[in-house]
Amino acid sequence: MEALDIARWQFGITTVYHFIFVPLTIGLSLLVAVMQTTSVLSKDPVRKDAWTRMTKFFGSLLIVNFGIGIATGIVQEFQFGMNWSEYSRFVGDVFGAPLALEGLAAFFLESVFLGLWIFGWGKLPEKIHLLTIWAVAIGSTLSAYFIIAANSFMQHPVGAMLNPETGRAELDPSQGSLWAVLTNVTAMAAFPHVVSGAWLVAGAFVTGVASWHMVRHHNRARDIGLETPEGEEHHHAARDLYRPVVRFGVIAMFISAIVLVVSGDFQAQIMFKQQPMKMASAEALCETETGASFSILTVGGPNAFSENCDDVTHLIEVPYVTSFLATHTFDAELQGVNDLSAQYQEQFGETVTDVHGQEIAVDYRPNLFVTYWSFRLMMGLAAFSGILAFWALWVTRGKGENARTTGSKLFQWFAVLSIPMPFFANSAGWVFTEMGRQPWVVHPNPDDPTIRLMTTQAVSGNPGWMVATSLIAFTLVYGVLAVIWFQMMRKAALKGVPLPKRDPDSDELDTPTLSFEY
Amino acid sequence: MDTMLDPTVLQTLWFALIGFFFLAYFVLEGFDFGVQMNVGAFWRRGDAARGTVLKTVGPVWDGNEVFLITGGALLFAAFPEWYASLFSGFYLALLLLLLVLIVRVCAFKWRGKVDSARWRTSWDIVHVLGGFAPALLWGVAFSNIVAGVAIDENRWVTTSLVGLLNPFALLGGVVFVLLFWLHGTLYLTLKVTGELRAAANRLAGILVWPTILAGAAYLLWYQLAHSHAGWTWVPLLIAAVALVAVVPLNRLRREGLAFTATVAAISASVVTLFGGLFPYVLPASNTPAHSLTVANASSTEHTLTVMLVALCILLPLILAYTFWAYRVFRHRVTDEESDLPGSALLEKAKAGYREAFEQE
Repeated sequence: MEALDIARWQFGITTVYHFIFVPLTIGLSLLVAVMQTTSVLSKDPVRKDAWTRMTKFFGSLLIVNFGIGIATGIVQEFQFGMNWSEYSRFVGDVFGAPLALEGLAAFFLESVFLGLWIFGWGKLPEKIHLLTIWAVAIGSTLSAYFIIAANSFMQHPVGAMLNPETGRAELDPSQGSLWAVLTNVTAMAAFPHVVSGAWLVAGAFVTGVASWHMVRHHNRARDIGLETPEGEEHHHAARDLYRPVVRFGVIAMFISAIVLVVSGDFQAQIMFKQQPMKMASAEALCETETGASFSILTVGGPNAFSENCDDVTHLIEVPYVTSFLATHTFDAELQGVNDLSAQYQEQFGETVTDVHGQEIAVDYRPNLFVTYWSFRLMMGLAAFSGILAFWALWVTRGKGENARTTGSKLFQWFAVLSIPMPFFANSAGWVFTEMGRQPWVVHPNPDDPTIRLMTTQAVSGNPGWMVATSLIAFTLVYGVLAVIWFQMMRKAALKGVPLPKRDPDSDELDTPTLSFEY
Repeated sequence: MDTMLDPTVLQTLWFALIGFFFLAYFVLEGFDFGVQMNVGAFWRRGDAARGTVLKTVGPVWDGNEVFLITGGALLFAAFPEWYASLFSGFYLALLLLLLVLIVRVCAFKWRGKVDSARWRTSWDIVHVLGGFAPALLWGVAFSNIVAGVAIDENRWVTTSLVGLLNPFALLGGVVFVLLFWLHGTLYLTLKVTGELRAAANRLAGILVWPTILAGAAYLLWYQLAHSHAGWTWVPLLIAAVALVAVVPLNRLRREGLAFTATVAAISASVVTLFGGLFPYVLPASNTPAHSLTVANASSTEHTLTVMLVALCILLPLILAYTFWAYRVFRHRVTDEESDLPGSALLEKAKAGYREAFEQE
């Protein structure tokens, strides 16, 4: 393998890895903020007690997750310069700005206020302390916004001009400058999609973990018998502690589902205009078609997906759907991969000069296998969250004294199984959008294609062994940390909350004061 | 050649701002590194003492590190050519740095999350590594930036990792380690009580001597062999005076002033290094014409203006709430926390914590 391929693998591995933790941080910091708000605002002592315990419980999981997100984020920022120095030179004038804004506006907010939140319990007044977790939630959401704005410039460059003298893309006041970069229509579509994807991760996480405990306490209460004080305690835990959180997570999933569908639909439409090749390869649509269908299963010969488009056979198809996704009309004409490829060869040339000054042939087709399946995986995995949401809602139906909980082992295990699915869906979405852009690292804007850069022109001049060293080192360290992270999350999640005790004399609950420490 | 050495006002200002972010990073994260080194120095005092040592930076190290992350991003935005050549050119050194920075974040966040002495001891080893290694690597990296490396016509750095480990750079690494160690030890004298505080005082009294010697040798070497400016004799002397002043201040137990002195010494050293680097950002030691300078490595005037406006809006806010966070956590950290105002509250909080996390 050459330095280019290794550098691409490294970017893929470190980014997908980083984005395991980031959506949970973004989503969970918001959900914990809502939990703590509920606890602070509650007048009813039982309710206040329950939400205080849940804030602490999910807060401790958030902290474990936060650390690794920050640690892997440093690599993200540094590797643009390390592995993609020629890219950095080409776009630095534009691309550096949103990254710097991310640091100034988001990272300081997140980390300073996370410290205040963790260590400020009991030191800061209750309401001020509540504001600190909101600052963390806002900070982590803002960081997503700036990084999406930066990424959107790679998908659809705006606000800049190519300076023929320096050969660089430069912010240009007549094009709207930084403001245009930050309000790029591509970013406006991708930001709600990414953030709601994070809410789905956190919603499924909260519902999954809480469901597991709810079923456990339900069964304990049933085994011991409701008449005994201990049985009553477990009944209380299932119904008054975990059940509201199960439903809270379901609400988060529903809200995120709506935003995901609406923003995803909008994204498909602009993708059709801005990057038709990505749309065509999402469907493995080889020839131009009118009223293109959406296939659910596709097979091909050994070289079908990367080499020879004609080898592809769609086995199960739903007519007109792809045309509808792209344009909201059933009979739209969609250009196929082969036609687009020929068109690009004419427009942008059949060869390109790489960083070492060599002329190499260009293949304008992304890897069809990866784009086709990652697109389907992204959407298909969401089905788990859908089933979990409706199932959880059904088993917890009823109000007040009739509020139900369940002892179903099947539901319990399905809830746990559903936790990782939105994580995978998020990764698949990123793999799709980044691999679907290839061979470009900066995809030309169809309205003004002067700003464009191919991945082969973006890589640093370092030798392959050097990049391979860092790939191996990062992969090993990340692998070890992933195991530790998983064990800690698992242990913390299994622990659950300590059950509230009632003082027999005063009838008061022993609601804990919130506190964490190292 | 002339235009390349003749930056505009805006470019000069941005060079100074990058310098400020690294100055803030080294002053703030410097004592975090030093505190982590002292996990090793006070190893024999046991698990609880090491926990107390780490607790002194618990609430603030994370925000301190953001000065690096944001400084790096600002470097990218304001000087893309510098960022690209530096990061791709110092590849293996940066790889090592990133790896230790990653594991050190995990050590901070995860050390206390599992109640087992073996678990904490393992992370304490990482803490010691996470204090020494980044300080050493930063020293080596910065010395090479200011002294210059070999650069080819593509602006690719051709000096290898072994080439980066030259005597001047290695001395720089040692100086960074000693200076941050001293800085972190003086920070500890301010933040802990009792026996630990006395031990930190003693350690600072020992550390200050090699720091003065190595620091003086390094800065003089730099000023005479590599600096591009004469005025940097001024910050150089300030750094020297501040460092020497630590000796009597520490003896008199004027802890606040002694810590202020190392803040001044680090700040003045960074000013000396950056001041002497100007108008270059990465001098080419082989062919001067290949040098990266403030003038030829920067973004456009327009981008620099836009980012300056953003910085002027956001930086005061950041400084305000960072300052507030330091005020909230200004008290000493003790094993019992009994001499704190509001300690009753804290006791209650700790009881609640024990109930929640340590008992089933």
